[in-house]
Amino acid sequence: MNLPPRELPHWADVALVPVASVATAFIAAGLVVLAIGENPFECLKILLQGALGSGEGIGFTLYYATNFIFTGLAVAVAFHAGLFNIGGEGQAYVAGLGAALVALWFDSTLPAIILLPLGVIASALFGAAWALIPAWLQAKRDSHIVITTIMFNFLAATLMVYLLVGPLKPMGSMAPDTRSFAASAALPTMQGMLGAIGLKIPASPLNISFLLALVMAALVWLLIWRSRLGYEIRAFGFNPEATRYAGISATRITIVTLLISGGLAGLMSANEILGVQHRLSLGFVSGYGFVGIAVALMGRSHPVGVVLASILFGVLYQGGAELAFDKPAITRDMIVVIQGLVILFAGALERQFRAPLTAIFGRRPTRAETQAATS
Amino acid sequence: MTLTDVALILASALRLSTPLLLACLAGLYSERAGIFNIGLEGMMLGAAFAAAVTATQTQSAGLGLLAGLIVGVLLALVHAFASITQRGNQIVSGVAINTLAIGLTAVLGNAWYKEGGRTPPLPANVRFQTIELPYAASLRDTPVVGPLYSDLLSGHYIFVYVALLAVPFTAFVLNETRFGLRLRAVGENPAAVDTAGVSVERMRYLALVCCGLLCGLAGTYMSTAQSASFVTEMTAGKGFIALAALIFAKWRPWGALGACLLFGLLDAFAIRLEGATLPLIGQAPVQAIQALPYLLTVVLLAGFIGRAIPPKAGGVPYVKERR
Repeated sequence: MNLPPRELPHWADVALVPVASVATAFIAAGLVVLAIGENPFECLKILLQGALGSGEGIGFTLYYATNFIFTGLAVAVAFHAGLFNIGGEGQAYVAGLGAALVALWFDSTLPAIILLPLGVIASALFGAAWALIPAWLQAKRDSHIVITTIMFNFLAATLMVYLLVGPLKPMGSMAPDTRSFAASAALPTMQGMLGAIGLKIPASPLNISFLLALVMAALVWLLIWRSRLGYEIRAFGFNPEATRYAGISATRITIVTLLISGGLAGLMSANEILGVQHRLSLGFVSGYGFVGIAVALMGRSHPVGVVLASILFGVLYQGGAELAFDKPAITRDMIVVIQGLVILFAGALERQFRAPLTAIFGRRPTRAETQAATS
Repeated sequence: MTLTDVALILASALRLSTPLLLACLAGLYSERAGIFNIGLEGMMLGAAFAAAVTATQTQSAGLGLLAGLIVGVLLALVHAFASITQRGNQIVSGVAINTLAIGLTAVLGNAWYKEGGRTPPLPANVRFQTIELPYAASLRDTPVVGPLYSDLLSGHYIFVYVALLAVPFTAFVLNETRFGLRLRAVGENPAAVDTAGVSVERMRYLALVCCGLLCGLAGTYMSTAQSASFVTEMTAGKGFIALAALIFAKWRPWGALGACLLFGLLDAFAIRLEGATLPLIGQAPVQAIQALPYLLTVVLLAGFIGRAIPPKAGGVPYVKERR
């Protein structure tokens, strides 16, 4: 009888593989820093100091992390259904339009307590709507979701240019922005909320969206692992053919999953537009949607992993800004390099790390386990 | 509008569609061999940067071209290693290459030249020059032939002619040679090729080398011929438009030429229409024309104007059956 192949224990699979691949990505990034003629360790120190060394730095780090949690969860949910939603960037961009329209129309008439939830819901709905057409095309017409969502990213970008240099631009303004919203359309800041209960923290863009992001991470966990729909999503991702025989509608799962994914990506705009910028401007998504891909791969599509990976990317964004300030040779594009390396090592080359780790930690399942798994 | 105007618009369309056509054919080699490739954008960008930097440092356009080709192939080999040897997700690998190229070119460009990622402008003698076809000047005033030959066909960079020649060449290679037959076969039915004793992995690696060379040409054209320096993210989505064109072309070389010329023409119109007033529509938003290639691709993918059927084995790593 053939022995079953050696398997990597679960703890190593969820912890060691990502850590090894991310570590490799950082070593490679260190080599790039070295090639520029800077000291990677000194840079790392500046980066960590800038991101975590002060209350303000931590606030900024978590504010960036908020965006990544939303876009990362968006990619992760779709991954569970075996769908690659590469359109988070476009979905978040159009979602900003939803949030902005609510704010522009109602900021002088509705009180904040109604206006803000409405704005947040609008951002999720617009994000979901921008995912709906690719979702429908994938489910009904068998068009490849990756290509359609890429096209929809470009369509979103051209649509927003049209709106922001035309209809949405206030009269007499040159900048491609909407007017600033009234104060009633601004999400409460963390500083304000904690100040109300007597806790003083330094000013930063961190706002209530961060809590919303954590709630969403918890809801995604409940959805994927504790709900019937989540079970169907995972089953579909694992084997679409088999789910068809089990009576699960592929059309329904594809569309529902991508709507959830688009909605989550859209919530990013609540943080940016309603929480921080208080107006809609050209290109405000600036790559956060794509970082979601790295975050989901790094977090292995698990909400806890996504939150941790988001905080790491938050550190990179905030620390990277400080680093660019201290070391003019290293621009913030260094973050994009690290992002690319993470996607490469944690995503495309993941097997690379699995084989040696299996050789070290792997064990063969016992006969009882094999029987239990196959029965 | 005179024939000369038409010829000039077409000539501008030809110039604009050249990087698309090269990238589209690059994608064709890769995808016909069964490897999805959304990393075309990154391969072009990396090549454009390498070509501009090398041309600046060595003051030689030829060495710039060489560097562009090398970097194009190297990035294609990264994609090959990830998706063939490591059997990784081809989409993820493509995204990684795009992201890496955007980041690395910006970081290195800024570190080396300190001009926000831009490379120094290349002097005319280091830049590729346009080529006047024989008798172009003397034929210019001849009616009909003059505009078509002298204004439309003559006076382009060598890359334009190479791209045009690459179409029949690719069609020949793909349809008439053993290499082409095997290449198409590994994209449709790799197991059959494997059974015939041909290495699927080797064929796919070769296909990606072809892909890298063509992306290298496209990138070099952009930074050392079309413009005289590298600018960050100068590919501006051309890699993705090339993918869209590939779908339009139904993964065929002549179709690629048609689709790329169409997209190039749209681009040329968008540039000319900026601010112009049209009969019936009034002032058309330029964005509407810019959005057309993306929109058309979505409509095509939805199967509303003919069906685009990709190579069957595309995106699936080939696993040799255990013996």
